[in-house]
Amino acid sequence: MMLPDPLAQPGAWPAAAMIAAVVLASTTGEVLTAAAMKSIGDLDRIRAQSGFGAAVRAVLTSPLFFAGVFFLALAFFALLFALNHLNLSLVAPASASLTLVTNAIAGRLFLRENVDRRRWAAALLVCVGVYLLAH
Amino acid sequence: MAQHRLTARQYLILALVALCAPLGDTCLSRGMTRLPAIPIAHPASLVAAVFTPWIAAGIALLIAFFASYLTALSWADLTFVLPATAFGNVIVALLSRFWLQETVSMERWAGIALITLGVGFVAQGPSRTETASPGAEEAHSQ
Repeated sequence: MMLPDPLAQPGAWPAAAMIAAVVLASTTGEVLTAAAMKSIGDLDRIRAQSGFGAAVRAVLTSPLFFAGVFFLALAFFALLFALNHLNLSLVAPASASLTLVTNAIAGRLFLRENVDRRRWAAALLVCVGVYLLAH
Repeated sequence: MAQHRLTARQYLILALVALCAPLGDTCLSRGMTRLPAIPIAHPASLVAAVFTPWIAAGIALLIAFFASYLTALSWADLTFVLPATAFGNVIVALLSRFWLQETVSMERWAGIALITLGVGFVAQGPSRTETASPGAEEAHSQ
């Protein structure tokens, strides 16, 4: 039996909840941001035609973009909180690889992206790869 | 909207997306592990953490990541850009092996191989789903 350790990592459920919070917030943020950028159009082209200021203005006047940033900020603070309590070797691979899969699902459902077999296979390969690499 | 081939500049932006995110995360991790444990009852301590050097450096790198990420999302699908983000982990692992002379375990080499394979899969396909409005292309040709 192990002795209680004041520096011990949190249990499995709190750890899972912290990682789930990062994954949910970042997936919502990324989908909203991607939707905003899709509706704005090619930033390189806007910059080439109307200048850098116009490209910045196009982004900063999109409500969807700010909704996305709000959730990404939430994900950022959830990540800081998780890193303060859990090891990077758990938080980084778990949240990064889970986010890849949830984003593939959300990309198909909400952004109507053509997530074909190639992209599904890639999401799963990269998911396992990130886990192996950072674990 | 038939043009899906990326330009050299667009590959450069994807490279920035790939590099800045893992480097930024590493800085954040270094910064946060050096701080005392922050209880959930004191979320304000997280805001104070933002002004420590490692966290600030991490945030600067993540801002660079975000700018290039937004640019990439404006001409490519989310499910195309995200594997590129993951490829940054491969770059960091290779840097730590050949630059910092760290040992890379078999598990990590397997991870590098899988990510590279996955990114190769996606990169061979189109970067954008063909449902975008035709107006953008017309506006460009005018």
